Amino acid sequence: MIKIESNWLDLRYLDDLAAQDTAICRINPCVKLLTTLILILVVTSFPKYEIAGILPLLFYPIILMNLGALPAKPLLKRLLLAAPFVICIGIFNPLLDHTPVTQIGTFSISGGWLSFISITLRFILTVLAALILVATTGIDAICFALLRLYVPKVLVVQLLFMYRYIHVLLEEFLRTIQAYTLRSFHGEGLRFKVWGALVGQLLMRTIDRAQRIYQAMLCRGFDGEFRLIRTSRLRSQDMMYLLGWSAFFLAARLYNIPEFLGMLLMGGFR
Amino acid sequence: MHMADALISPAVGGAMWAATAGLVSYSAKKLQKDLDERKVPLMGVLGAFVFATQMINFTIPGTGSSGHLGGGLLLAILLGPYAAFLTIASILTIQALFFADGGLLALGANIFNLGFFPCFIAYPLLYKPLVGEKCSQSRIFLGAILAAIIGLQLGALGVVLETFFSGISELPFTAFLILMQPIHLAIGIVEGLITATVVWFIQKESPEILQRVAASQPFGNISMKRLLTGLLFVAIVTAGSLSWFASEYPDGLEWSIAKTSGEEELAAPAGIHSVFTEIQEKIAFLPDYNFKQTEETATAESQASSSWPAVDSGTSVAGITGSLFTLLLAGLIGKGLQVAAKRL
Repeated sequence: MIKIESNWLDLRYLDDLAAQDTAICRINPCVKLLTTLILILVVTSFPKYEIAGILPLLFYPIILMNLGALPAKPLLKRLLLAAPFVICIGIFNPLLDHTPVTQIGTFSISGGWLSFISITLRFILTVLAALILVATTGIDAICFALLRLYVPKVLVVQLLFMYRYIHVLLEEFLRTIQAYTLRSFHGEGLRFKVWGALVGQLLMRTIDRAQRIYQAMLCRGFDGEFRLIRTSRLRSQDMMYLLGWSAFFLAARLYNIPEFLGMLLMGGFR
Repeated sequence: MHMADALISPAVGGAMWAATAGLVSYSAKKLQKDLDERKVPLMGVLGAFVFATQMINFTIPGTGSSGHLGGGLLLAILLGPYAAFLTIASILTIQALFFADGGLLALGANIFNLGFFPCFIAYPLLYKPLVGEKCSQSRIFLGAILAAIIGLQLGALGVVLETFFSGISELPFTAFLILMQPIHLAIGIVEGLITATVVWFIQKESPEILQRVAASQPFGNISMKRLLTGLLFVAIVTAGSLSWFASEYPDGLEWSIAKTSGEEELAAPAGIHSVFTEIQEKIAFLPDYNFKQTEETATAESQASSSWPAVDSGTSVAGITGSLFTLLLAGLIGKGLQVAAKRL
């Protein structure tokens, strides 16, 4: 499948997931956005070599993926696709940092490997948090939440507009690419000169489309002011969601929960 | 290459977010004064256009690899700096949310690297003076290539600085720089060429699109200086206050300070930290366990060259056991929820 088609399907898939009616989807979008941001801040604030302390935060994606009825495979596939860049930078840590930090029995583990595992954990948590946010909230609700958080209206309107036309343009581009591929003898690879002419034509068509959209807006009474209306209430469940998760994240940051559990277990054995 | 959250620290991320937020409000305000209403649907559709075009790769002859449009400079040429900056911000937001291409904390840094440098530096200071009103083919190509190269070099420098100051990756500054800059020089040349190709195509087909933007108000020197000083101030204040906050937690930074300076860990800033310490001492089951060790290791190894506090072997065994138990618990909770969902 060509890249443009698979990306377009991914986009629609995440959107469909957000349209489900699960308990998580009904929570106020501002609350979900804030919870995600707090999680990311907490995860990135851990020191370089921390592994055990970050682990309890895995409860967040696991619980949300189950309560939101999100299928694990597509999310993990997206995780894998985004991994190469981080892994490529992170793999230098074990190669550069050889200071032995800890011993397990007779094995001495260098700091580099600890920080590499830490980086991988951070990556998994932050990426899953962002994907889960979109899969349980949807772009409309996220934009509404952004508006409530004082993001300038121009940017929110731009996001909504752009998202609306991404699907239209992706479909048109897909048709154009397929038509070219069917008529060419070079397989799927676009030669540079052809690419230039193709993209130039698509750009002209896009600008014409923008002109038609503007005229359609004028015909429907556009006066320069965008009115975004969306009602959403802040219920007790939403506040409990926000406070509960924030308390958990802070507790995981301040106290090393696995260490505590481990000491409990080991104390129990004695 | 967009920065990921895994490699950024809250201080750096927060500082870049502050800078980006400032730029976004500034661009939004400037756009409101722009009386051209047609720009709003144009911004939306061109954003979708660049987003979609980034997925169409072309083969680079002779190398066997493929490239694709970045889009920052092209948007600046078609929309002007302010609208282009907002459009790039929206593209990167959608990419971060839906495709995990760059993290949410790093989004501020990414918007700054890929938006500020092409729109507010490369376009007004390089492309516009070179090309301006006289749109000949050679000028367009020269201007686009120069602007793209400089814009991408600055963006790559931004990534290196942000990664270095975050301190999560071990890559030394010079090594990372030597890695990134040449690659982005090549990418810059390609980006300049393809931007120039598209712009030249438009210039031939319908030049009026470009003329409107080219005739708009040029960047005044005064506002640029004020803008940059303001941004610098905001970034420094935010980074300073966030890193102060981060260093109040009783590990990591303070331990390494104790290591290198030989000072006691407890000589900490008053206020929140002492309150937390008290709570921890009261609640922790074995309150002496960690603290005593810390003081001993601090005094014993204050001469050590290693900048990292040695993790106690006793603690680490407990840590590993506890970690395994935590993972087991997480798996059980996940399974339990799945089973419960099926039953209901």
